[in-house]
Parts: sequence; C-alpha cells; structure tokens
Amino acid sequence: MRAIFSNPTHTDGSADGTTGGFRPSRRQFLIATGGAGLGLMIGGALPGLGRAEAAAGEAAENLINPFVIIRPDDTVAVLSKHLDMGQGTAHGLTTLVAEELDARWEQMSPEFAPADASKYNNTAFGQVQGTGGSTAIANSFTQYREAGAMARAMLVAAAAEAWGVPAGEVTVDDGTIAHAASGKSAGFGAMAAAAAAMSPPSSVTLKDPSQFRYIGKATTRLDVKPKTEGAPIFALDHAPEGVLVAAIARPPKFGATVRGFDASEAEKINGVVRVLQIPAGIAVVAKSTWPAFKGRDALKIDWDESKAETRGTKELRAEYAALLDQPGKVFQSDGDSEGALAGAARVIEGTFEFPFLAHAPMEPHDVTIHFDGEMAEVWTGSQLQTVDQMVAAGTLGIEAAQVRINTLWAGGSFGRRAIYDSHIVGEAAQLAKAWGTPQPLKIQWSREDDIKGGYYRPAYMHKVRAGLDTEGNIVGWHHRIVGQSIVAGTAFEPGMVHDGIDHTSVEGVAGNSYRIPNFQGELHTVTVGVPPLWWRSVGSTHTAFVMETMLDDLAAAAGRDPVEFRLALLPEGSREAGVLKLAAEKAGWGDPVPEGKARGVAVHKSFGSYVAQVADVTLGEGDAYKVDRIVCAVDCGVAVNPDNIAAQMEGGIGYGLGHAIRNKITLTDGAVDQTNFDTYEPMRIDDMPFVETHIVPSAEAPTGVGEPGTPPAAPAVSNAIFAGRGVRWRTLPFTDNRGGAA
Amino acid sequence: MAFEITVNGEKRTVDADADTPLLWALRDELGLKGTKFGCGIAACGACTVYIDGYPSRSCVTPIDSLGEAEVTTIDALSGKAADAVRQAWVDLQVPQCGYCQSGQIMAAAALLSETPKPSDADIDAAMSGNVCRCATYHRIRQAIHHAAETMEG
Ligand code: FES
Ligand code: FES
Repeated sequence: MRAIFSNPTHTDGSADGTTGGFRPSRRQFLIATGGAGLGLMIGGALPGLGRAEAAAGEAAENLINPFVIIRPDDTVAVLSKHLDMGQGTAHGLTTLVAEELDARWEQMSPEFAPADASKYNNTAFGQVQGTGGSTAIANSFTQYREAGAMARAMLVAAAAEAWGVPAGEVTVDDGTIAHAASGKSAGFGAMAAAAAAMSPPSSVTLKDPSQFRYIGKATTRLDVKPKTEGAPIFALDHAPEGVLVAAIARPPKFGATVRGFDASEAEKINGVVRVLQIPAGIAVVAKSTWPAFKGRDALKIDWDESKAETRGTKELRAEYAALLDQPGKVFQSDGDSEGALAGAARVIEGTFEFPFLAHAPMEPHDVTIHFDGEMAEVWTGSQLQTVDQMVAAGTLGIEAAQVRINTLWAGGSFGRRAIYDSHIVGEAAQLAKAWGTPQPLKIQWSREDDIKGGYYRPAYMHKVRAGLDTEGNIVGWHHRIVGQSIVAGTAFEPGMVHDGIDHTSVEGVAGNSYRIPNFQGELHTVTVGVPPLWWRSVGSTHTAFVMETMLDDLAAAAGRDPVEFRLALLPEGSREAGVLKLAAEKAGWGDPVPEGKARGVAVHKSFGSYVAQVADVTLGEGDAYKVDRIVCAVDCGVAVNPDNIAAQMEGGIGYGLGHAIRNKITLTDGAVDQTNFDTYEPMRIDDMPFVETHIVPSAEAPTGVGEPGTPPAAPAVSNAIFAGRGVRWRTLPFTDNRGGAA
Repeated sequence: MAFEITVNGEKRTVDADADTPLLWALRDELGLKGTKFGCGIAACGACTVYIDGYPSRSCVTPIDSLGEAEVTTIDALSGKAADAVRQAWVDLQVPQCGYCQSGQIMAAAALLSETPKPSDADIDAAMSGNVCRCATYHRIRQAIHHAAETMEG
C-alpha cells in the first residue's frame, strides 16, 4: 500500500498542495519529471503499460506493431495515438493503415492507443503524446502508412513460410492473402499470430499515390453508425461497477479559496455518500449524478477572495484600451512604419475588441478514476495524454508509469481538452487521493461548471493604423495587440514564447503573407487571473479578423475590388492566391449581387493550411442580417479524406460564425456572468448557412483541417455587411456593434 | 422512493427521489446510455426522448411526472422514419463527435413521422432546439431531405 492510505482519515487533501493551483509552473513540471526534462523521462518511463501491450499478451489479439492489432476474426484494429473529438482523426489514421495493408474497409476498427509517449508521441510536439494544432494527420501520415506497410510485409512473410512459397509470389488484396500458383489463400486473422512473431522488416516501400484506393477517397467513417444509435462510447457513458459520482463546487471567482464550509444540508440529501474538501474545491460524492448535483447546490461555502481576480470586463477593457495607446514589445518591424504613415495620403484606423470565449464542447467534462494504491486507471477524452498522466502521477505520489490512461471518444473539444495543467484529470486524482481507499470515482461537470470554469479564449484588443498612397497602394502598417499569453507560466512556455512574445498572441499578424512595406507589430501581454486556453484556431481567431477586415477597408478606400486588391499583395503563385481565386470563382465573385444581399471575402493561412471563404448575406431591417451561403476553398496538401475535409470546413465555419454572431463571456467583479446555453446561446440550425467546399488539388504533404476553416468566416461576414451597408463591425460578437450600425 | 415507469415498452422500477430527472434515471438507474447530457435546462436537446410519442427533454422531466406515460429512448428507437434517418446520417456522414446525435436523430425521426416532406423552414423549426457544437447542421438539413426521399421511394 502506498503511504497515503496509511491515513484513511486524511480527507481534505489540501494540505500538501500537490496540484492545488490553476497553472503548474514549468518548474513544477520539471520536478514532476525528476528534473530531467519532459521528453527524456517520459520516453523512458512507461514501458509495457498500455492496453495494446496488455492486449498483445492475450492469445486473442496480435500486436503487429504499436499501431496495428490483427485479431483472429480478421479485424484490423488501428490504435489512434490521437484523441478523436469529432475531427475524424481515428478514421484518417485507419485509412492510412488500410491503404498500405491492402485491407478490406469493413474489417477495419478505429481504436485508441494507451498513454505511452515512448511510442505514441506527437512528433510535432517532441516527446509528448497529444492532439492539437491540427497536427494529427500531418505528423502521422508517414508513420501510419509505414505501420500498415510493415504489417502487410509481415503477413506476407508469415504466409510464405506457412505455404512454403517465395514471399515475392504472395499477394495481398482487399483483405485476402493469396498465392496464385498454388491456389492458396487466407485472411489476415489466420496469419496474424505468425506475423506478430516475425521481426519487422528494416524498411518498407510505400505506395505511389496513383495506387491509392482509400487515401483521397470518401470512405465511410466507421464511427458514424454507432453514433446514430446512441452508442456508449463517451466518458459520460463509462460507469464501472460500483462507481460513485462527484460534483465539485469550484471557486465563484478565479483564484478564490475555501475558508470554510457547511455540508450538513448536502449530507441530508438521499444518495449523497460523503463530502470532502480537495484543492479544487468541495466535492460532493454520491451514488449517482443527480444527488451529486443536488448536494453540491446545498453546500454553504465561505470563499476567501483575497487572492482572487476581481476585475470585471469593464475594468479589463479600460486597461487594454489604455495600453493600445502605449508602445508595446515589438514582434515584427520592417522598414519605418511611423515615417510611412506620416507621409501617407490617407490613413485608415481601426480598433478591435474580442471577448473571452468558452469552448463549450457538447459533452461536459467527465472523468473516471480508479486508484488502488499502486496503480491509477483513468477513463476520459484525453487530448494531452502525457500531461494527464504526469499530473495524475504527481498528485497521487506515484510514477507516471503507474497511471494508465484510457482515451475514450470525446464529445467535442475545440481545444478545451488539451490543457497545459490537466486540471480535469488532476481534480480526479485529488479526489481519489482524498477518498483514501480503492473506489471508482467519476467527476461529472455540469454545463454551468463548464461555462463558468475559465480556460477561455483570452480577450484581446487590437489597434491598427494603415496608410495608402495617392495610387491606393499600402505604404505602411502599424499594429498593436493587447491580451493574455495562453502559455506563460506553463510547461509550454519555453517552446512557444520567444523574446517575450507568445507566438499564439500574434500568429496571423506576424508572418502574414501580404507584401506590406513598413510594417510594425507590437504586443502588450497582460496578466489576468482568468485561465486562458487555445480555442479552435488559437491566435487566428482574432488576428484573421483584424487583418482581413482592415484589408477590405483599405481596398474600399483605394477604390479597388477586395479580391483583386488582395491578389496584388500576395506573392505570385502563393497558395493563398490559389484558394482566393478558387473561392471567388466558385462563388461567382464579380457577378452582380441582388438587391438586399451582400457579399464579402476573407483568406487566411493557419496550421499550414490555406482557406478562403466568400460569404453571401441577406440584409434585413435595421441591423438584421442572415448568412445564406459560404463558399470555401481549402488547400491542405494531399486530401486524405475529401469528405472529412469538407465536414471540418463546415464545422469550422459554423464554430467561427456561431461565436461571431452572439457569444461572449463577460465578468462582473471577477465573476462570470454567463451560466449555460441560455446565456451563452450556441449557434443553432437556423443560423447555419449553406456551405460549399472546394479542395485545391495538391501533392504537398497533408496539413491540418480541424482549425483552419474557422478564421475566415467572421471577417468574410463583416466584409459582406460592410460591402452592403458601408458600416464596419470591428467588435465581436457582432451584436455588440448594434446601435452604432446602420 | 420507488417509481414504476414505462421505458421502451417495459415496466421498470426506479429507486430515486421524485425530482430526479428522467435523464439521470435512464442513465444511472436503468443503464440506458444512449440519451446524453448537454445542459440540464432544456436548451440543447441532447437528452431528447419521446414521451407518449412526443420529443421531450428528459433533463427537465422529473420521474414523478411520468405516471403511465410511455418513454422511448434512442436505444430502442425503430420504425420507418428512424431507419430512414439513421441511413441518411450514414450516407451523408453527418456526425462529427456524435455526442448530440442521439437527440438530433430523435428529433429528425419525429419530424419525418409528422411531416414526410419537410421544407427547410420546417426543418429549422423542428430542429432548432437541438444544438450541435460541431455545427453539423448543414448536413443534418440535407440528410433530413435525403431521408424524406428514401421514405417516399
Ligand atoms: S440536456 Fe436536456 S436539453 Fe440539454
Ligand atoms: S456532432 Fe458533435 S455536437 Fe453534434
């Protein structure tokens, strides 16, 4: 038994402060890994733990390599090292293996790999297993194809040996291994055990793209049918025998702590088993979900707000606005922007505001943990498995190798489940530790917990001054940004903050592809006690809006067509120009726009993919408008699954647009004003435009599609409204421009 | 306290407080996991079930209000409209994360049972209570039209 069980009455869990705070520092991470750095320790620390290895030990399954299991019934399980939160990654990885394995589509089975960074790291993240930044297919493209090709070669070798024929004469097609001359044939399952015992070939040859039968084709996603039947595949649905359900009362203001609490009313509620304090707050543990929620509501808690963030949106806005007029830290400086602006024939100025935003994935957070004193097993939609594993281990006082993470299908994420401090799994570990005896425990978040829970897209403000000469050419651009750093103070800081500039605060302005002379970019990084997080497309959620609406204003001031104006600024033959032309052509750009309608365009590169969108909008009475159609063109390199790319564009557009229409998180004296979908009203079907997606054919390496569809949607709509009404909406959500418009 | 409720054609006994929402009775007491939890305040439709045939929000329906009513959940949903909807969802690859889709399918099948050839406006009206954070709305609309066609043919 571990030491913590020597004191079963130790229930407050707060004294040792293992992960009590919101954001473990980089230092804490290094301590958690024994000071040897993230990669090294993790890489060496997790042998033989995962489900795949466990499975391989059973006679029923044969682990051909870390990514492929072939079962006796011919099923080919592809172990996704990435979380699938609806972006289709498990399907994409399954496609890559099926392709090189020459499998039959119906025999494929997408599943999840265990947490083991030594095998399943995201090569774009170094030695960390995780999903984000639209990297899943990009970092796996060759790896999973090789895994499939390797499995194929091993099946061929096994068959050749069994049949006593030369391996060169054995073929594999549509899930059947065959030898024509002898007439022998077999399914994969029959050869799997022998194949698994073979040593893998030292190298494999991958198919030429002309031979692809699955990659680039619209294959049916194997997770779709179960999802039409309510299949119990989510963390919400995981309920081991005897599980108890906990709801946690967390601080009403970020950074507040518990001074004292009275659980007497909560304990009277039928089904409540126990109330205990953990670093995250007060946990009400019950026999099932409803009494846990009811018990939590019945708690009386005295909160100490002395260290809490007590500024509200009003105060923060005033501070940000003041900083817009002061020089910031320079992140890009080409030429002499002030001099150029002083000499410009005309200067266009814009001030932009972006609110905090919640991700609000459809499945509220939920996590189950079972700690037996030696091993901890966790079930959740884990997006940063390595960090989840480390934080759980650090909290429980065990090694990362003693934490088994079971990744389940996640009901959306949009960035919310990739958390630098793994606070969701961390809370579960706190609870398991405080509980003190082996017991499966589930923490269920309500929607209110989610909306009020922080980890938002940070609020930002931008101020831009851009100058035109008498010919209508841009001569200078001065751009100032104010906002929180997402990664400052976290283990991600060293990799993502350079010379005091958090790349995620400026990406999309910094390194934009327009040939703008005399460009100066400055950043003010502010410290606010509201935990920030990356939100679908991260910095591009605000930078694309600013760049693309400013360009439209400049085009209008120069009397130029918005598409032609952009094309003239983009390098010849650039991929931005390619998608812009394609979207314009497919949308009928240049055709007359009917009375009462308006059209706008935007183009943006993010995560290595290029997306242009043309929005068609119907203008109603006053400020009213309806987005009718968005024509989208995307260049993401090789299109692994065209239909899924289209789906991600549709979803990305809906996500970007939905928030632009009416979503914001505001604070009053540090407390979040919104609570649930009544006050944080999601986009609904009647808000959703018709979407048409066109893919630029490409032989470039594939890049991500989960996020890049989001950035252009809001500026394209703002540009359409500007084109139709001559009114510029520079504040998001659009509802906050009302009154000043029309 | 024990309540007898009728779920998917069977009488089941639920031992829970009277104010327990049907959603949690189904999931936690009866082990029927198809009905999902999204908001708890009748604002998202993830928890849609039929009560006497009508799409209803199980998250705000206390078990003591059910009486003799017949509850149908996604786990047992069947019939011509349901089959057509499910097939259309596969044909058009509607779900992304899939978490909202139990509710979407319950709502779509109910719509098609009432209105076999819905217009876009009918679809918007019937489906606007069902949130999809993955914004699969575009495909939901097309899939409902597709299902309507297959039901005709
Ligand atoms: S959970 Fe019932 S409507 Fe949202
Ligand atoms: S498919 Fe993810 S919420 Fe609808």
